[in-house]
Amino acid sequence: MSEATTAYDMAAEVHVTSGQPERRSWHLSRVRALPPGVLIGGGIVSILVIVAIAAPLIAPDDPQAGSLLTRLQGVGTSGHLLGTDGQGRDVLSRLIWGARPSLIAGIVPVAIAGVIGTALGAIAGFGGSRLRTLLMRSLDVLYAFPAILLAIAIGATLGPGLTNVIVSLSVILIPPIARIAESEALRIRSLDFMDAARTSGAGWIRIGLRQVLPNIAPPVIVYCTALVGLAIVYAAGLSFLGLGIVPPQPDWGGTLNDLRNNLFTQPWLSLVPAAAIFIASAAFNILGDGLRELLDVRADRAK
Amino acid sequence: MSTAVAMDERTLGATLTVDDLKVTFANKRQRVEAVRGVTFGIAPGRTLALLGESGSGKSASARAIMHLDNRGVELGGQVRLGDTIVSALSESELQKVRGGLIAMVPQDPTASLDPLRRVGAQIVEVLRVHGIETNRRAARDSAMNLLSRVGIPDPSRVMRAFPHELSGGMRQRAAIAVAVACRPTVLIADEPTTALDVTVQAQVLELFSELQAEVGMSIIMVTHDVGVAREIADYVAVMYAGRLVEIGSVDDVLERPAHPYTAALVDSVPTPETKRGELHVIPGRPPGPGDTPQTGCDFAPRCKFAIASCMTMPPPLVPVGTGHLAACPVVDGLVPAELAGVAV
Amino acid sequence: MGEPLLVAEHLTKRFPNGVLAVDDVSLTIAKGETVGIVGESGCGKSTTARMILRLLSPDAGSMQFAGEEIGMLGRSRLRSLRAKLQLVPQNPQTSFNPRLSIGSSIAFNLQSHGWEKRRLSARIGELLDRVGLGASYSSRYPHELSGGQLQRAAIARALCTDPELVVCDEAVSALDKSVQAQVLNLLVELQRESGVAYLFISHDLTVVEHLSDRVIVMYLGRVVEEGPAAELWRNPAHPYTKALLSASPGAAGPRIKLEGDPPSPANPPSGCCFRTRCAIAINECAIERPRLRETAPSRRVACLRAEPALISAP
Repeated sequence: MSEATTAYDMAAEVHVTSGQPERRSWHLSRVRALPPGVLIGGGIVSILVIVAIAAPLIAPDDPQAGSLLTRLQGVGTSGHLLGTDGQGRDVLSRLIWGARPSLIAGIVPVAIAGVIGTALGAIAGFGGSRLRTLLMRSLDVLYAFPAILLAIAIGATLGPGLTNVIVSLSVILIPPIARIAESEALRIRSLDFMDAARTSGAGWIRIGLRQVLPNIAPPVIVYCTALVGLAIVYAAGLSFLGLGIVPPQPDWGGTLNDLRNNLFTQPWLSLVPAAAIFIASAAFNILGDGLRELLDVRADRAK
Repeated sequence: MSTAVAMDERTLGATLTVDDLKVTFANKRQRVEAVRGVTFGIAPGRTLALLGESGSGKSASARAIMHLDNRGVELGGQVRLGDTIVSALSESELQKVRGGLIAMVPQDPTASLDPLRRVGAQIVEVLRVHGIETNRRAARDSAMNLLSRVGIPDPSRVMRAFPHELSGGMRQRAAIAVAVACRPTVLIADEPTTALDVTVQAQVLELFSELQAEVGMSIIMVTHDVGVAREIADYVAVMYAGRLVEIGSVDDVLERPAHPYTAALVDSVPTPETKRGELHVIPGRPPGPGDTPQTGCDFAPRCKFAIASCMTMPPPLVPVGTGHLAACPVVDGLVPAELAGVAV
Repeated sequence: MGEPLLVAEHLTKRFPNGVLAVDDVSLTIAKGETVGIVGESGCGKSTTARMILRLLSPDAGSMQFAGEEIGMLGRSRLRSLRAKLQLVPQNPQTSFNPRLSIGSSIAFNLQSHGWEKRRLSARIGELLDRVGLGASYSSRYPHELSGGQLQRAAIARALCTDPELVVCDEAVSALDKSVQAQVLNLLVELQRESGVAYLFISHDLTVVEHLSDRVIVMYLGRVVEEGPAAELWRNPAHPYTKALLSASPGAAGPRIKLEGDPPSPANPPSGCCFRTRCAIAINECAIERPRLRETAPSRRVACLRAEPALISAP
């Protein structure tokens, strides 16, 4: 048999091993080889996160201190680059500070729903048909309501505040994530490698973490990244309706609502927070698309 | 390979001739030459087996004869059926040829039968589209006849059945009924029995022979199974890495192989005499679609007989007997007994 | 026959959809022996294998492995049993987790049996060498390997805990013939080195005959015939075995033609399950279910019409 491993196989081996060392190291060339979605989306997201963290350092003004003398300055006014709102507060500073609750309200609920949804979906996918029906149909009941209406209903019941925004968004995001996880679990449960894993003698928890999760996680991560964009919009929507961050704390949805009243006197001004929401949401969607490409094991980006 | 060389004894008096056929699959990232200049002909009422392993280009060749793939596929060479040059026909003219003069039985019958329509309706449609039966009632009757002809015991039930209600063997029979409905001149069967159980496979192979005797059609049988080729074929064409390496009568090619690859392929199937653990093997594996083609003979890296010239120039098909050609300059002088020991 | 390694008796499995997939199947595998199960799709050969691997629990029947009853084992005992009872699955494309490297997949199995981390890579390299791949394959991903290479790696994984029985469920069926021959030779070579026993399941008679010491022929969930491979091939006793042998392409002699398809396992015929396609069936075949009876030393047939005289080798 030994001679069966021929020059042909050897050649293939040499070819692959020569490409080995770069698999783990992070050269500049590796970064350049990243899908454009990851570079662009990831770049914008990183900037937003840095802005949110560094808000006390870079915000030109106190976001809550206003003056009636400087009400409703337009975009480009000296001292107030993006103008001021109806109470004379600096819009740029409010946007910079507002990035904190807006990003938190976008990312945290998705993370919570991601963990719970993946677990529920995997349990449903690998469980017996009765358990699966019970879990998935209960989630369908949640899914049947329009998400934003459900979020409003939960928000209205719990009252305003960042914590309650996170709770209500987490609840509405669980069903779609669980569905993705369930369909992926159903796909792999009958594949041969699952039999091989079970005959290895490993327990269900180890199989779940080492064999199932690496397969379910990539599509869920891709989907969740795009969902962050949606969650930011929902969070802004809740704030806009007064169910989110309690004023005078700045956040993007609230700022949009404040400036809405002046739509006719300062039309450009009211577009500023809307643009922030749009850019953040788009960035997460682009990042999600890029991750889909990055996490595809079959794509050979080394070449 | 020039046309002058191609028009030799392989293609004289043939119903269907395939001359220097080339198939290239191209997408943005890469070009894969699946078939690289294949020439053969098939006489009326005879069966040619296109024998090869996965990736040898046997299915791509068969599909190219009917121009079945067009997106991302570049075709070269000429396919001629009687006086018609099939490879020069327009898409609408091709549609008349397909299912009429040339018919196809695929590996997976679910692919050729519409899952949403009853089997009977599909046969009736084929008959009427090709103008065999214009009258609906007459078409139904001949569809019934066809189904019983392909060995379906209860044709009236099968007429009303949807494809998924039939077993694998029955579905393949129904697909064969659709294919032979218009009494084609050439029937191309792409691994038609691979998905079937052995006992059912035997029935289906026998059915092919019976229908051939009745209709007088030529059959091109694409297969990876030496046993199937031996069973059904008059002629065997062996493909490797997109090229023909040997072609001739079934006895010549399978009993007195002249190419080391054919010899090794025949020998890798265990027989009751083979000692356990001592199967003849060909080292390595066949080249896949992503592999760079060899400059010389494609089989050379796995071949025990390879000499220096094998690595530099692809050997042409040369006659090694009457109607028996092989693309190997080395084994010309070897006796078959030596070849049998090729890859011990 | 040597010391029995696995004794399975009266295994029966009915699926929730009513299909009686395995109906009273008994089999014995001795240490270092290769037993083949051959039959067409739906005959219950894979279900039998899955019950032996404890991937499915039987509805009835008992199993002993190395003298210990394993039908009802608790979790911790089952784990140590599994080191001794391994699987080479059918489809090379799905037999490895696409997200894990070959080495990680083998490491997963080793760690299930308490291998220390620092000894893993040496062991994995040694295993991959033994199956003719080489240690460098450890870091490669399944999609980078060909079908034959994946099946070699699957064999390496199955052997990683030094099992006593490896179940090969159609392990070479998806491979090209020339590659299949390599893998079959490898299986034989590894058996000679390690003394592992194989339960080799396939629809391909030539392959089963080549590899097996003893062969079990199944039809519609039941064993219809069993015996030493060479004798069974030279002189089949059950009409189904005869038909199966004569149907394989290139078989010598006149073909015994079977009519129609196997009946549905959800609704098997009364009496002998083969009688609806059998050329020599008599009225009694519809009434009485034929028992497996010994017709010659170590040969058993479930057919009313099989004569002992007919079976004994000339």
